[in-house]
Amino acid sequence: MVVSDSFVNDSIEASASKSRILGVLEKVCDPEIPTLSILDLGILRDVVCHPKHLEVVITPTYCGCPAMKTIEFDVIRALDDAGYKEVKVTMQLAPPWTTDWISKRGRAMLLKEGIAPPVESKDSFGQGIKCPRCASHDVSLISVFGSTACKSLYRCGSCLEPFDYFKCH
Amino acid sequence: MSKNHYRYVLRLGDNALILGQRMTEWCGHSPLLEEDIAMANCALDHVGRARLLLSYAAELEGEGRSEDDLAFVRSDREFENFLLCELPIGDYAFTMARQYLLDTYHYHLFTELVSSSDETLSAIAQKAIKEATYHMDRSRDWVLRLGDGTEESHERMQVALEGMWNYTEELFERDPVDVQMIAEAIGPDPEWLHSKWQADINATIKKATLSVPEKKWSLSGGRNGIHTEAMGHLLSEMQHLQRTYPGLNW
Repeated sequence: MVVSDSFVNDSIEASASKSRILGVLEKVCDPEIPTLSILDLGILRDVVCHPKHLEVVITPTYCGCPAMKTIEFDVIRALDDAGYKEVKVTMQLAPPWTTDWISKRGRAMLLKEGIAPPVESKDSFGQGIKCPRCASHDVSLISVFGSTACKSLYRCGSCLEPFDYFKCH
Repeated sequence: MSKNHYRYVLRLGDNALILGQRMTEWCGHSPLLEEDIAMANCALDHVGRARLLLSYAAELEGEGRSEDDLAFVRSDREFENFLLCELPIGDYAFTMARQYLLDTYHYHLFTELVSSSDETLSAIAQKAIKEATYHMDRSRDWVLRLGDGTEESHERMQVALEGMWNYTEELFERDPVDVQMIAEAIGPDPEWLHSKWQADINATIKKATLSVPEKKWSLSGGRNGIHTEAMGHLLSEMQHLQRTYPGLNW
């Protein structure tokens, strides 16, 4: 069938351009942290080229993350703009997302936004956190729960500014 | 798939949804700004957990219903949550005592469900256990702070525990649904959960200088759709929009 042939061709083309797809997805950002892409945040799990469509697999950061639906729409819109018309976004729960998946670049972006990036070890809550403005270690916790579920609120003892800390998860 | 499997997942989803709905009532009314944010954050986790569980329950049921159908157009007799989840919020002591009892329950439950033979339930549990852990840390803190606080806060926390104690036995009841889930290695034995839960609760109550209430009687029925008077009022608010404008989209 002519139609299926053209899909096969599409498929070959699609797999060849996986890096192009990733390039498109690199521009899809977390709506709450607009400089952080879904690649840097570590929520993009996979891109699968099916014969008739493209499947983008993402994972939620938190069960109740209200940004997931927006991210799903943004992925579809970005790929649509790049010429990928048949896109399906699927949600994968396991293995669960962890802040360890935030890339080095992602951590640098967080810091630039005034958000202290998560400190690697989960067992030392609050240890090793630096003020994103003056890099002081003299910080204290105001509230474990900050402006979004993934952040805690801290205060810097040196520059006296409050700041968000992206907590380990 | 069996009807019992569906009901097991439905009950988990209903507990998350109804408790989450109660928690949202504090939004804008909490005693401290930080608490307001914390409570809303945790409520969001519960509603998110409910979405995952109710979507899965709808899939298991296989009758074309969605998570929204289950949440917004069922009547109170069709909800199978614990009565404890639906009780009115009371004061902050009552709210945090309830959170602590249920957070501890969920912490042990999800720890077990991680190794469930049901892969989807295991995936949801792997996600939920991270959140249940910090929910429990926070509500335990409040039980300790209020229990071992001023004379008034101590008194209020004790009254809160007394007021909900007779609803706790329902958490560990075992009916044919549970029996089948245990047999299929899908869910843990409620009796085992009870011993883990009781040990934690007793230790915290003692540390908070409170006393473990005496069980005088026991109320249950939520898991079979027999609810307290509070349930209908909760649903009338939660379901208002979908009941008034069926099928309305955001």
